[in-house]
Amino acid sequence: MIRFILRRLVLAFAVFLIVVTVSFLLTRLSGDLAVSIAGPNATAEDVATVRARYGFDRPLPVQFAVWFGNLLHGDLGTSYLYREPVADLLAKRLPVTLTLGAVGLVLAVLVGVPLGIAAAVANGSVWDRLIGLVGLVGQAMPSFWLALLMMIWVGVYWQLLPISGLDDWQGYVMPGIVLAASSVPVLMRLTRAGMVEALASDYVRTARAKGLSWASVLLKHALRNAAMPVVTVAAVQFGFMLGGSVVIESIFALHGMGFLAWEAISKGDFAVVQAVVLLLATIFILLTLIADLLNALIDPRLRIA
Amino acid sequence: MSVLAVQDLRVGFRDGTLAVRGISLDLGHGETLGLVGESGCGKSVTSLAVMGLLARGAARTAAGIRLAGEDIARASERRMAQLRGDRIAMIFQEPMTSLNPAYTVGDQLSEVYRRHRGAGRLQARDRAADLLARVGIANPGLRLAQYPHELSGGLRQRVMIAMALMCEPDVLIADEPTTALDVTVQAQILRLLQDLQKETGLAILLITHDLGVVARMADRVSVMYAGEIVESGTAEALFGRPMHPYTRGLLDSIPVPGKLRPGDQLKAIPGTVPRITAAFRGCGFRDRCGLADRGCEDTIMPREEGPQHRYLCRLSSELQGQAS
Ligand SMILES: Nc1ncnc2c1ncn2[C@@H]1O[C@H](COP(=O)(O)OP(=O)(O)O)[C@@H](O)[C@H]1O
Ligand SMILES: [Mg+2]
Repeated sequence: MIRFILRRLVLAFAVFLIVVTVSFLLTRLSGDLAVSIAGPNATAEDVATVRARYGFDRPLPVQFAVWFGNLLHGDLGTSYLYREPVADLLAKRLPVTLTLGAVGLVLAVLVGVPLGIAAAVANGSVWDRLIGLVGLVGQAMPSFWLALLMMIWVGVYWQLLPISGLDDWQGYVMPGIVLAASSVPVLMRLTRAGMVEALASDYVRTARAKGLSWASVLLKHALRNAAMPVVTVAAVQFGFMLGGSVVIESIFALHGMGFLAWEAISKGDFAVVQAVVLLLATIFILLTLIADLLNALIDPRLRIA
Repeated sequence: MSVLAVQDLRVGFRDGTLAVRGISLDLGHGETLGLVGESGCGKSVTSLAVMGLLARGAARTAAGIRLAGEDIARASERRMAQLRGDRIAMIFQEPMTSLNPAYTVGDQLSEVYRRHRGAGRLQARDRAADLLARVGIANPGLRLAQYPHELSGGLRQRVMIAMALMCEPDVLIADEPTTALDVTVQAQILRLLQDLQKETGLAILLITHDLGVVARMADRVSVMYAGEIVESGTAEALFGRPMHPYTRGLLDSIPVPGKLRPGDQLKAIPGTVPRITAAFRGCGFRDRCGLADRGCEDTIMPREEGPQHRYLCRLSSELQGQAS
């Protein structure tokens, strides 16, 4: 098990290094940054000054070494829009986005997994089809549309929840539901498929032949074996939710990382864009690592690798 | 006194298949009853029907299924769950897939005892270690902590047997317990079952398609074909004087040590088991039988050949004439 964890850690770090390099190259190669920073009215002289100040005139490997050295010290550069260190900006914005993502993920799991189990137990019956239909509708509904519907009904008409901003925890509810809505059908279908297979398996027949309670057969013997793909995909979905926060946060006016990224992209604040991309990629790597470790906890056969 | 008495058991599926058609079985304390027949003749469906483990969509009826005197044919699911694993246990053909890959051997053994005896963790663990030792597993302490994928097929089947015997059931149903194992391991498992039976008086319903296994193990034998018992009797009577053409066919298709000379061909029965629906009348074996005539399309009445030796064939006297 310890060897397994070490191997996964080394692998994750290797992927991190690649991501760092690629995200550096992407911003440097996507046009002359000095020109966009200096602005449309800048003279050639201004551009040259900017280029020297940011070190763009130096060879690429040197730039990378400097940038990477700073990165390791937690220095992600300075946002020219906010005139503030990018690290400080992210430290303020990331918690909002992570909380939102967590709310979305927990809701999605709490709804999707039980629905999937119920559909598998009712396999082939009217209930199964009904649950499948709900999933299909959820899948087909675009997030922004659901967000607007909820704002109109829940926010404006019934006035149950705030439609924008983050005065207290209530501000997370509606955007969290919208984020969860697109993940519920995915988790539900995976849970259902896994449970249908597990319930038809020999070891579930053995569990029943032992006279175990229905709860134990279902939740101990079947669910554990059905859980692996669900865990993996839930981790990926969490990553998507963080990425998708760009849309949701601008609709609900939540000042998280997604909102920051949207601003930075539209105004060419390259240091921020780079940092957000890097951060998201790192989070994805961590999520994959966590999913792998969780799966090894679930299935002993994976621990050998 | 029989510990398991099944009367007129019938199982039908939604697609119209009648997999079990009026079977009766009787199993006494400390006795082994062999249920033999080709694959697809309804042996597994019979065992699952007795356990109350048929899939949804299977319809079961029976005049009675008495387990140690209690009629379980109409017992609630709740009552059945109390009896399964406690009074009646089952082991399966596939030891590789019958254990849950996600839990240790110890956990899977303990949970039966905890469920039925309300035992605590430690007590159940001790019991599990005892049982592993009883089924001939060396170093039970180590095995308890292992996962199924760390064990060989033979060991897993021993674990399955230990699990079935955790609560000292009256009846063990063994559905092709050695079919998936190597020949040497097969012999070990069969010997183990015999030893355990001597120690505990366990009644075993041994299901197999292998007459060799039955000849070794069974006190009495029921031969099953297309959902019916076509012949039943003591092992001696049945092997000594087989009355049904199907039984003879099965006997001719196994090598008999000493009788078979090099170059001899084993006779396999041509064809396969038919699928039978409600409209079917007469003998299920007639399409594959060398003796059959138009009379075999009518309902066949059971006949007797000595005490307890019954068979379902109207032409068996001719068969006997042929054999001599
Ligand atoms: N769920 C099912 N639906 C329809 N037919 C089934 C089902 N399960 C078993 N059968 C049929 O019942 C018959 C007996 O099967 P089975 O008891 O598994 O045979 P075996 O003697 O090899 O154990 C077969 O013809 C099989 O096709
Ligand atoms: Mg079978």
